[in-house]
Amino acid sequence: MNSPISIDRPASPPLVAAIERLGAAILEGVNALGRFVLFLLSAMVEIVLPPYKVRLVLRQIRTIGAESFFLVALIAMFTGMVLGLQGEFTLRKFGSEGALGTVVSLVLVRELGPVLTALMVTARAGSAMAAEIGAMQVTEQIDALTVMAINPVQYLVSPRLIAAVISFPLLTSMFDVIGILGGYAVGVGLMGAPAASYFNGIAQNLSGDDVSGGLYKALVFGLIVAWVSCYKGYNAERMATGVSRATTEAVVLSSVLILMFDYFLTSLLLK
Amino acid sequence: MTAANSNSIAIKVSDLRRRFGTQQVLDGVDLECPRGQITTIVGPSGCGKTVFLKHLTLLMRADSGRIVINGVDVTRLSSRALDSVREQFGVLFQGGALFDSLTVFENVAFPLVEKTRMSREEIARAVNDKLAAVGLEGMGHKYPSEISGGMQKRAALARALIRNPNILYLDEPTTGLDPTRTGAIHELIRRTHEKFGLTVVMVSHDVPQVFEISDRVAFMHRGRMWLNGTVAQVMEAHDPIFERFLAGRGSGDDDLPAGGRSEARV
Repeated sequence: MNSPISIDRPASPPLVAAIERLGAAILEGVNALGRFVLFLLSAMVEIVLPPYKVRLVLRQIRTIGAESFFLVALIAMFTGMVLGLQGEFTLRKFGSEGALGTVVSLVLVRELGPVLTALMVTARAGSAMAAEIGAMQVTEQIDALTVMAINPVQYLVSPRLIAAVISFPLLTSMFDVIGILGGYAVGVGLMGAPAASYFNGIAQNLSGDDVSGGLYKALVFGLIVAWVSCYKGYNAERMATGVSRATTEAVVLSSVLILMFDYFLTSLLLK
Repeated sequence: MTAANSNSIAIKVSDLRRRFGTQQVLDGVDLECPRGQITTIVGPSGCGKTVFLKHLTLLMRADSGRIVINGVDVTRLSSRALDSVREQFGVLFQGGALFDSLTVFENVAFPLVEKTRMSREEIARAVNDKLAAVGLEGMGHKYPSEISGGMQKRAALARALIRNPNILYLDEPTTGLDPTRTGAIHELIRRTHEKFGLTVVMVSHDVPQVFEISDRVAFMHRGRMWLNGTVAQVMEAHDPIFERFLAGRGSGDDDLPAGGRSEARV
């Protein structure tokens, strides 16, 4: 009776134990997913409920949108330039230099614009969101808001959600325009593709659906980045590595979800 | 008699229980905090006093038991209804929890700006009043990162007092301060308590210095109030576990952490 073995409850057979562990892991996963979704829902409900904090939304649009502009412009410029280079080089082999404008604009507007913008803003603003909210959680500033009868989700999360959903499509549009100009500069300016057919091709082949499809993607990506980054920051653990872990997880999960949802959205939009 | 009773008791906690996983952190806490007095909760680290304070400040909800604040049973209120109770108390967090993107002035003004319709001038007057009360005149324009830890505590105290609460909760107000500043903060708590006629509930590890400013002491041990009474009553009880804790030898379960630290402070 005093032997160590008899203290343990009767051990399950290995197979049963494995199934138990699997079940526990699945339950924990479903729980976590539920908390993740409820977090978004409560932030959305708080958008509708007063008081309305227009000032906070504007400040976040400045942080997420305006302050990301130069980074996005830089990336857009080089993306467009490399598309011009690669595109012209390849198209020349098939004798279709005239199609360069069409190729560059479709690739940018449909795919690279929304995706690269979202990834860059994740690195810049998403990480900042997670770190800032995480630091507030760790130093009890979020508790301080709560005891002042201020809803922290409404004060911190909802404005960032609105600001991201507004900023991402705008940044994506700028990315598209700057990228197309970059493609023109290299493809036409350096490689000598015909200038007139570059913009003619865009005018004829880039449809309104291409543009709106790209902007829908940007909107969804904005929601994903703000949601994931705020959630990770809000749930940062109160220890030395809490904030850094939250920031890393926010950037990684946002990036993965952006690329996954890009596939699903494309398959929906390409009907 | 019940009316008089509920009037003289600001906070009444009965049989409060809270479990985290397999650990019963609060195991039937009973406590009465008389109005206008300073009640200090002491105990070795890990005894549950911080968790208990989080229940009093309505940041956590108990599994069972009751908390009555100013006659209102807060354990039965909805989250939204709790807001009117929250206006009756101020909280000084352990690290101050000042918003580091705001100046000291903006921090203290924050609850007024967000939750009242006071004019700019009224807010400025109220904030300067409270900053003067904690000895921070003329420091309003500084950011929390530009002032010392002791000053951050003072600023956080001013913010906790800005809406003129009748209850003040203090979570280890002297953590991270040297002995001189610890004495100064204790003196400030005593003066603030007298000036504003507050009911103060404080979690502290500064034994025995903190007893000088306390009216009542509650000694927490194993998720309960092991001892509870006026300072004299608790000291005269000669409870072996409490005396071991005072002597800096923990209270049985976890000797080293509590012992090492309180000895270093004396």
